[in-house]
Amino acid sequence: MSTVAQKKGFLSVLWDYLTTVDHKKIAILYLISGGFFFLVGGIEAMIIRVQLAVPDNSFVSAGLYNELLTMHGTTMIFLAAMPLLFGFMNAVVPLQIGARDVAFPFLNSLGFWLFFFGGIFLNLSWFLGGAPDAGWTSYASLSLASEGHGIDFYVLGLQISGAGTLIAGINFLVTIINMRAPGMTYMRMPLFTWSSFVASALILFAFPPLTVGLFLMLFDRMFGAGFFDVSMGGNTIIWEHLFWIFGHPEVYILILPAFGIFSEIFATFSRKRLFGYAAMVFATVLIGFLGFMVWAHHMFTVGLGPTANAIFAVATMAIAVPTGVKIFNWMLTMWGGSIKFTTPMLYAVAFIPSFVAGGVTGVMLAAAAADYQYHDTYFVVAHFHYVIIGGVVLGLLAGTHFYWPKMFGTMLNETLGKITFWLFLIGFHGTFFIQHFLGLMGMPRRIWKFLPGQGLELPNLISTIGAFFMAVAVIVLLINIVITSVKNERVGNDPWGDGRTLEWAISSPPPFYNFKQLPLVRGLDPYWIEKMEGNTKMTPAEPIGDIHMPNNSFIPFVMSLGLFIAAFGAMYQVDWRASDGESFVWALPVLVIGMLITLGSMAVRSLKDDHGYHIHKEDLMEDEEGGRD
Amino acid sequence: MDTQHKFTSRTWPESPEKTTLEGKNKFLGFWLFLGGETVLFASLFATYLALKDKVPSDSHKLAADMFELPLVFIMTMLLLTSSLTSVYAMYHMKNYNFQKMKTWLIITVGLGLAFLGFEIYEFNHYVHEYEHTFTSSAFGSAFYTLVGFHGGHVVIGLGWFLLLLIRNSKRGLDLYNAPKFFVASLYWHFIDVVWVFIFTVVYLMGMVG
Repeated sequence: MSTVAQKKGFLSVLWDYLTTVDHKKIAILYLISGGFFFLVGGIEAMIIRVQLAVPDNSFVSAGLYNELLTMHGTTMIFLAAMPLLFGFMNAVVPLQIGARDVAFPFLNSLGFWLFFFGGIFLNLSWFLGGAPDAGWTSYASLSLASEGHGIDFYVLGLQISGAGTLIAGINFLVTIINMRAPGMTYMRMPLFTWSSFVASALILFAFPPLTVGLFLMLFDRMFGAGFFDVSMGGNTIIWEHLFWIFGHPEVYILILPAFGIFSEIFATFSRKRLFGYAAMVFATVLIGFLGFMVWAHHMFTVGLGPTANAIFAVATMAIAVPTGVKIFNWMLTMWGGSIKFTTPMLYAVAFIPSFVAGGVTGVMLAAAAADYQYHDTYFVVAHFHYVIIGGVVLGLLAGTHFYWPKMFGTMLNETLGKITFWLFLIGFHGTFFIQHFLGLMGMPRRIWKFLPGQGLELPNLISTIGAFFMAVAVIVLLINIVITSVKNERVGNDPWGDGRTLEWAISSPPPFYNFKQLPLVRGLDPYWIEKMEGNTKMTPAEPIGDIHMPNNSFIPFVMSLGLFIAAFGAMYQVDWRASDGESFVWALPVLVIGMLITLGSMAVRSLKDDHGYHIHKEDLMEDEEGGRD
Repeated sequence: MDTQHKFTSRTWPESPEKTTLEGKNKFLGFWLFLGGETVLFASLFATYLALKDKVPSDSHKLAADMFELPLVFIMTMLLLTSSLTSVYAMYHMKNYNFQKMKTWLIITVGLGLAFLGFEIYEFNHYVHEYEHTFTSSAFGSAFYTLVGFHGGHVVIGLGWFLLLLIRNSKRGLDLYNAPKFFVASLYWHFIDVVWVFIFTVVYLMGMVG
């Protein structure tokens, strides 16, 4: 594929990616844009740490600091971590279940472009009067008082990208339920597929409350409603409930796919079947279920009362049980295995103690009475960075190294990979371990500067130095990517040599139709089973026949663009009304035009038949003889 | 099976909406989407219940002062009947009787439009008789948001039916459009179920609570 792509001009490649409905290309789009936002969020984090390096610093102003901490959190969660996970889910899940594509290729593309335009819209706030500044949680009592359009960018940007996420979630659920290859029963699905499945179910039920919360905020700020305005009879706590009913499952949406990636890596490089597969599946589902029962542990200090606090505290602690099951299963997978310490495996091994540390502080925070001490201190900051970086980001970095050859057909350099790993691991613990103590010493989170002479100088300086280690690690990773891409040494089907699941049974990158013949799955780790029986290929489940493929489409891009345009209209019609129609007269027309573009392209999609096309059997046979895809 | 294949009433499959893989995916995906929609409306209901009768001053009207059950009863009957007529339409779709399916869908759309007319009248009445508006109180915001989201769903459902009817009016049923009709009717039933809850939680409980 890529050799063909190089011969094409830049514009035709661009057009190909703008219109693609191929899950493997959409995966690359997610990876690139998620990676871009990861860098943006990382730069914001570095500025935060520089500001806090020394006491009484004035590297940035107080207002800018609030914008930075808000955008760092929002960007990392919504625009970096989730899209990067979607990238791997797109790249790997259809291959792991032996499917030719996802269930809804068109919606897959739509989901990406909605996320992309939502993210761009949110980040344009930096250039259009200031970014949101009420924290990533955007509590209503703060955000209703925030001047300018920062919060409006947050509300509209997340509304657009959230719609994309919901679409992607439904798509993966249907794909995994309906598109599995013959013999791929539920209890033969690889753990990454299982965890993507549960994460998608969480998305389906967790995003609508966020949608509603954002709508209420939008109505309050832009259309004069009074949901959170106490003087109109409103209640500001409603936002907190809606936000956290979404927000807590959201952290499991992030961590479960990362768990899945690690499960694949542990089994592959221990060269052993995953220990306790059924227990792993059960634990994943249980974590997903319990994830909806614990949201009020973010609100212990709101004053919901001792009964509510006690129930949510116990429910929260209960999550430690299935998580513990997983930790022990990973360790027992390594036990007695013939372990190869590749870069992905290093990340996986380092993940266990890092994540357990985050889990332990999680149980500490779950003790409602003690939480009154920890609440809104750096202890909380240390806790959630331990679970999110120690779990999700290590998982993403591991996945990047592990799946890079499958996505791009070439291996990332292992030496540079290990340098990245060690720098990142040292930097991560250097930055955040000390923050536990900062929190226990009483340093509140989200403050712009701290005073000298309170014992906070040295820990903060150490924390900042750690952050620079992480920054250097990411730069080394980027250099690695550039070097690897320039060298472009092609690899075969199974570059790690120990692949167990279906994605390693086909070429890297796979042909655009994935499987010429759908594979017959004869058990867990189907490719490993064939290897053990001396086969080099999967046993086919069908004769070679015509393959039905979907057509490319530019409509998803246009649909998302329409919402992007409409969002500007919705935002500036506030100024138009405030000025009694004197200025911003274009706002309302822009809102209408944007919505018409979106609705119009939906109508076009509905009215125009799109039956796709067939790759004919003869062409497939020729491919085989020609030896290329 | 090919989506463009021409059928007769004898060869038409028993579940045309689930015969092709595309149809199966659409069917399942739409059910899942309705699961998400359920959570969306649950959040709106919770918000409404938290803000019911929460007004800034005593001069504002409360739920019990405004709601009139006869009007809401007529609306309920219209929407429930429209759900029944869409069932008839799907019955004829499964029997490959395109003309009758069209007729029943047009009746469904008519009933939906009547419902919408009453709803517009109702909102207009509240705004002008009681000064109960979207921006007058938190109660007003919550009421118009919950009932308005439902009304918006009705508008989308009607537009969807009309678009499908216009697009396919000349070409009859095949396995490409049968899942589309079926899924639209699922959506219509969902709207109906939500209204049953609105009738109970907003209007009945509003009168007695």
